[in-house]
Amino acid sequence: MEFLVASGIGVVSATGIYLLLRGRTWPVVLGLSLLGYAVNVFIFAMGRLWQDAAPILSTHGRVADPLPQALVLTAIVIGFATTGFVIELALRSRHETDTDHVDGHEPASSDGPHGSGSP
Amino acid sequence: MNLSEVVGTFFQAHLPVLPVLLPLFTAAALLLMGDGGGQANHGGSLLRRRRMVSLTSVIFGALLAWRLMLEAAGGTLTVYPLGAWPAPFGIVLVVDRLSALMLALTWTIAVPVLWYATGGWDAHGRHFHALFHFQLMGLSGAFVTGDLFNLFVFFEVLLIASYVLLVHGQGRARFRAGLHFVVLNLAASALFLVGLAVIYGVTGTLNMADLALRVGKLGAQEAVLLKAGALILLVVFGLKAAIVPLYLWLPGTYAAACAPVAALFAIMTKVGVYSIIRVHAVILDNGAGHAALAAEPWLLPVALVTIALGVLGALAAHTLARLVSYLTVASVGTILAGVGLFTPQAMSAALYYMVHSTLVMAALFLLVELVASQRGDAEDRLQPAAPVAQPVLLGLMTLLGAASAAGLPPLPGFMGKLMILESSAPAPAQAWVWTVVLLGGFLTLIGLARAGSILFWSVLAQDSQSSRAGGSTKLTLATLSLLGLSLVLAVAASPMKRYTDAAASQLADHASYARAVLGPLGGESAQTTRRYQGGEGEVVLPGKGGSP
Repeated sequence: MEFLVASGIGVVSATGIYLLLRGRTWPVVLGLSLLGYAVNVFIFAMGRLWQDAAPILSTHGRVADPLPQALVLTAIVIGFATTGFVIELALRSRHETDTDHVDGHEPASSDGPHGSGSP
Repeated sequence: MNLSEVVGTFFQAHLPVLPVLLPLFTAAALLLMGDGGGQANHGGSLLRRRRMVSLTSVIFGALLAWRLMLEAAGGTLTVYPLGAWPAPFGIVLVVDRLSALMLALTWTIAVPVLWYATGGWDAHGRHFHALFHFQLMGLSGAFVTGDLFNLFVFFEVLLIASYVLLVHGQGRARFRAGLHFVVLNLAASALFLVGLAVIYGVTGTLNMADLALRVGKLGAQEAVLLKAGALILLVVFGLKAAIVPLYLWLPGTYAAACAPVAALFAIMTKVGVYSIIRVHAVILDNGAGHAALAAEPWLLPVALVTIALGVLGALAAHTLARLVSYLTVASVGTILAGVGLFTPQAMSAALYYMVHSTLVMAALFLLVELVASQRGDAEDRLQPAAPVAQPVLLGLMTLLGAASAAGLPPLPGFMGKLMILESSAPAPAQAWVWTVVLLGGFLTLIGLARAGSILFWSVLAQDSQSSRAGGSTKLTLATLSLLGLSLVLAVAASPMKRYTDAAASQLADHASYARAVLGPLGGESAQTTRRYQGGEGEVVLPGKGGSP
């Protein structure tokens, strides 16, 4: 199970980072969401992986660490809100600049040496 | 007990949480008041009422923050358990000298900045006042919380308010900078969570006091993981503070934001600095066993390179706003150079310099707009243009701000830098610190002198119709009051230095911090999911049906 979870987190975050580095806003938003998922599972896994254990304190049986589950819940809520916001901002930016490129202008139609690395 | 006593006791008991709750309720009230569907007319009665509520609240908040600072100055550690849950289990707010200083600084800057914003910027978009208060809530929360995860939550509160404030006033440049800023910060938030999760996975706690007790007891194996987690957090905080490889977002963003927002953002980089202090200079200080001083090989070199690149950027800047933004980067570098020396003396000097530089940078951001609004189409571009309408006033204000930013005596910038230089004496990197800080100050002076002479002296004579649009008394007075505050810091240097000295020694005193926060139930005697000596985390049941 450890291998499965670890490689799952790895693949999802790699995909997320790849998408995050794209030039269009939509892949970037998707990348952020995927990265968020990977991070959420990672937080969850940091409470160790438990089978057959309740996340609440009881007098019998094994108990899984409940704190990461509370943390992950908070992280999900915040991630949801920020994703909603970044989608709205991307739409608004598309509206304002007539392009969905993250730099606010098409790289081909640039009227100067707009390297992606230069400020 | 009569009513005033009851109110007094209630007020005293809940004082630490009030700087967080006050802006929250104010923002909610401002949202309920509405903003007339965004059709703000400058003299509307609704706008006047919102301004009044907003200003009253921010002044009250500043009084609260100063009250907390006066209490903390005596050495009291105020601990406020939220929901009355004891420390390692519940979240606590802790007001020590450092937190109180940051709170007072935030709210002291907020008053003139908001006053400036009521000069017109707050009517250029929707819900400026509500967002301003949400931002203050996030800032205050981040400074008072005693829990790392709670710090993350307040980071998000202040960030989401800052995302909207940044595009306040709208326009293409703001959306472009805004998108970059938001995406970068969301990626950083993901990293923040990774770092927190690693730290939790190793130690089993996120409470700062508890963490400080536990990190020293980790074995070498776990300490490696802890260091990794802490250094991931350094990357996150470094992005907020704008240190070297991570500062590239700042100049464009701050230059695009409208003046009062940029001035408020001057405190946002200091949230990053504050978090670096809390995690790397306090929790992971000398006593942290195998993970001690995890950031030491990185922080000082990175800070010195930040000064160098910030100053070079300021020299190359082609607008005044970008110049001030780069100076902000350089000032963060100077602060972190002090923090990176990891001695109480250097920490005290860094705190002193932080207070000063935040005030000056905020004032300079406001000044940029005052100057730009009087230069016609040239705005704040550093090129010859029409003369400003008030050359003496604005010129003197620029001179004052510039001299203070560059660190000329007898202004507080000079004292701050001098203290940092003095405290670097025993460090092996002393030569580097002296060279970079002094050369940086010199180059800052050249950059600002160049900007000042272009702005005020190389004027185009034929176009004498300079506009006084931005020269309203309110805007000028708000800017002057911020500059004046930084001068007060020079006059009050001695009590201020005593305060920062005491703050630095309080930070080094883990035992009393842990005693105040954790109390008799916490620390070693708390039955938490992971044992104190680290090791493979087995959840231990509290024996025979122990109730919580």
